[in-house]
Amino acid sequence: MNEVPILSVKDLAVSYKTRKGQVDAVRDVSFDICEGENLGLVGESGCGKSTVAFSIVNFLGPNGFVSNGQILFKGQELRGRSEEELRKLRGADIAMVYQEPMSALNPSMMIRDQLAESLVIHRGMKREDAYRECEEALHRVYMPDVEGVMKRYSFQLSGGQQQRVLIAMAMLNNPALLIMDEPTTALDVTVEAAVLDLIAELKQKYRTATLYISHNLGVVARVSDKVAVMYAGEVVEYATTKDIYARPTHPYTKGLMRCLPDVDAPKGTRVLVPIPGRVPSPDQVPAGCIFAPRCEHRKDTCDVGRPQLLEVATGHLVRCSSAMEWYAQPIDAAHRIPPPPSREAPPVVLDAESVKTYYPVPFKTVKGLFGMEKRRYVRAVDDVSVTVQRGRTLGIVGESGCGKSTLAKTIVGLEPLRGGKVDFLGIDVTKPIQKRSLSTIRELQMVFQDPNGTLNPSYSVGDQIAESLKRFRTVPSGEVYGEVVRLLRAVKLNENYYHRLPRQMSGGEKQRVGIARAIASNPAMVVCDEPVSALDVSVQAAVLNVLVEVQQQHDTAMILISHDLSAVRFFSDDVAVMYLGRIVEIGPCEAIYSPPSHPYTAALLAAVPRPDPTLEQKNIRLSGVVPSAVNPPSGCRFHTRCPFVMKGVCDVEEPPVQDIGNGHKIVCHLPTEQLYHLNP
Amino acid sequence: MTAATQTAILPPRRRQRFADSMRVVLSSRVAVVGLVIVLFWVVVAIGAPVFTKYDPSKDQDYKALDQAPSAQHFLGTDHLGRDVWSRVAYGARTILLLGPLSVAVAFLIGMALGLPAGYYGGWLDEVIMRLLDALMAFPTILLYMIIISALGASPVNVVIAISVGGAPGIARLVRALTLDIRTREYVSAAKLRGDSAARIMAREILPNCRGPLIVDFLLRVGYAAFYIGTLGFLGLGLPPPTPDWGGMVQEGHARMMANPWPVLAATGAIVTLVIGLNLFADGLREETMRYQ
Repeated sequence: MNEVPILSVKDLAVSYKTRKGQVDAVRDVSFDICEGENLGLVGESGCGKSTVAFSIVNFLGPNGFVSNGQILFKGQELRGRSEEELRKLRGADIAMVYQEPMSALNPSMMIRDQLAESLVIHRGMKREDAYRECEEALHRVYMPDVEGVMKRYSFQLSGGQQQRVLIAMAMLNNPALLIMDEPTTALDVTVEAAVLDLIAELKQKYRTATLYISHNLGVVARVSDKVAVMYAGEVVEYATTKDIYARPTHPYTKGLMRCLPDVDAPKGTRVLVPIPGRVPSPDQVPAGCIFAPRCEHRKDTCDVGRPQLLEVATGHLVRCSSAMEWYAQPIDAAHRIPPPPSREAPPVVLDAESVKTYYPVPFKTVKGLFGMEKRRYVRAVDDVSVTVQRGRTLGIVGESGCGKSTLAKTIVGLEPLRGGKVDFLGIDVTKPIQKRSLSTIRELQMVFQDPNGTLNPSYSVGDQIAESLKRFRTVPSGEVYGEVVRLLRAVKLNENYYHRLPRQMSGGEKQRVGIARAIASNPAMVVCDEPVSALDVSVQAAVLNVLVEVQQQHDTAMILISHDLSAVRFFSDDVAVMYLGRIVEIGPCEAIYSPPSHPYTAALLAAVPRPDPTLEQKNIRLSGVVPSAVNPPSGCRFHTRCPFVMKGVCDVEEPPVQDIGNGHKIVCHLPTEQLYHLNP
Repeated sequence: MTAATQTAILPPRRRQRFADSMRVVLSSRVAVVGLVIVLFWVVVAIGAPVFTKYDPSKDQDYKALDQAPSAQHFLGTDHLGRDVWSRVAYGARTILLLGPLSVAVAFLIGMALGLPAGYYGGWLDEVIMRLLDALMAFPTILLYMIIISALGASPVNVVIAISVGGAPGIARLVRALTLDIRTREYVSAAKLRGDSAARIMAREILPNCRGPLIVDFLLRVGYAAFYIGTLGFLGLGLPPPTPDWGGMVQEGHARMMANPWPVLAATGAIVTLVIGLNLFADGLREETMRYQ
């Protein structure tokens, strides 16, 4: 292409002044984005992706500055422009969409006023005209019920709708350059899929140049034309999307690809290879190749001198001294043969029958306060039955708000049961945890979601694991220290971690300590509530591997709750798909991921971003949001969003359970024949 | 591993924690200034017999009433010929003993009420908080006056008044912190260990409230010094001739035109101590916030 690129970044370096001196957060970053092109910027957190974006719009904060290089916008230098010029540019020609839609919108302003603001202020439009234009902008992003949305406030919209508003706002002035910083990371997969479709379509229609920042290789494969992989502030690989996914060359890119669980690979067939170590902080970047300390192919020469970007093929740049060698080698498929199904039907550990968990809705009227009104309930879990067998994993998937976490908490006893029965190892555990005996409690443990909340910040890691050991008397008191060290080793942490405080550890390490604490009592079952959702991909692999290993060694039964269908497939033997407090499909893992499927499962599967740009993505998209669990829809609870809804049937009658055989059950009105063709 | 190696590893960790907290204090200039002022009064209080030549109450020099500062009397003398500097120094002892003591008692009451209110919620929370609201409805100084006039003016009663008056505010703070912390996953983890509610409150929740509570403690000691002074001025403080800053102002204010020194010295002492505590607390708060 000979045209002038919309954005051309050359040898960019960004530095921050800190108490310890000047720190280079970004070095040697170069890329071009032409009209109608989407450049994906990927890498783990802390790689400087957002810093690059902020340097373009000069949002670096008071202590950050561009220390080297050029930022050319339509051929003009942006560096050194006055704040006033940049402000005008930002309003008109460069627009930005942020990660957190909730905090990017002002909750005290109506949507229409927020949208119209830039038109009224920057273009001096009349308010009525501005409103009309805003409505049009919302139509362009396929916002349902535009008139209604205009008069609402941000907190009355769902996450997907908020993100649409932000994209509409960014597109209002038809910007030449759109910068999107992880726009779908905070969204559910189904919503993410719809937003990605929208981004791809807008690019086609309006030819906007887009800089798309994401840590998710699957997402970038879907929307981007070119990809720049960033590591510790440098671009390590830069190529077209097709090239980079077909021939990932830099060891870091290869590492990122190999640590991704594959939604199409059954349990036991893939090994996840985590990248050891973590991204160095900007003030401790190694002298030679920045990736050398974590690279498995490291040679002595790697520590001497920064490698330059080598062109391994036309337009495919790699920052590695042995790039040609790697380019010739395709990614080593880390496959393995699944272990043969050895035992026949292992004993059942947990048998939950028609579990119900309701939360009372607070009264809003005076009448209610005096008990004159009927109590209403949030039916978070409504009549759910599951069983888990020894040494096997039950995966529970669904969008946020479908009740999967509540089910987990109910099973371990943190939430009281409203109805139903839970039988654990032949003991009735229907009662809450305060009333369970210590011997029951020790057999049923849990791994939590938030790495920052799972450990008490006041105590050292070792003390927290030791606490469980002492309480359950797993080992005699003299052997506690040794046992803690053994548990730390089991989760691939060494003895030095004993005296670390949680704040001195990374998210993945904290999560592994959480696992060590859960298995300290040698439980028969561990419930894992989204154990890897908050972690970087490279770290996710390490945590998932630890879970697999624990299960194999102790024959532990596990429940894995996740919205990530790839992680669930990697680790589960059976899967239950939940929607609005009910199970819509349950069965062996392989049966769930292949037809026949419930329409909801099919939509979830279609929404998973796959790291393969050549793959034709299926287009089953869900509209709307999960309805309120206070007044669940009549008939089939999914009928309000189901693309295959049959009027007069689905919205009236409870759907029947269709038994496909081999324990695979689908709760749906559609004929079995049709369910086979939803997910070809 | 034997117990011996364990204890061998433990001490450096404590030392590191102490070093950590010192770094937090020292990295804020405001906190350092506050700390220096407070430490000045602490040193004066502890070393009062060393720093003064006269007994604060007994040494009454009738030949040298109402004197201005001199080499003999560093801050002059009052209407009974007592050395003002001695009275200020010994007064620091009173206030630095009664202030922290009364706030500490207030904290015990406040935590005992706030923790269960926040942890259990429900009707227990309602009952405790409404009772405390009723107590908070009284203007603070009025509450102190009522308690002290009912019980009589004595050091113990001053402590009782200030702890009863301060407890509701502390309970509210502890309750708010508990409401937040009880939803953290490590509290769930403790429940999954079979820990009792009391143990969870003491071991999981309370230690994580310490940041805001330390700041609040320092601020309250400042207010307590201020209120002890006020009570002394109103004649409800410590019975004379105990050296008491508030009492000194009260005794001297009528004769201020003739001899301003006792009043100036006592008010100056109260003001610097309160400001010092406030600066220290503010700096600490700023620094701990940044730390998080």
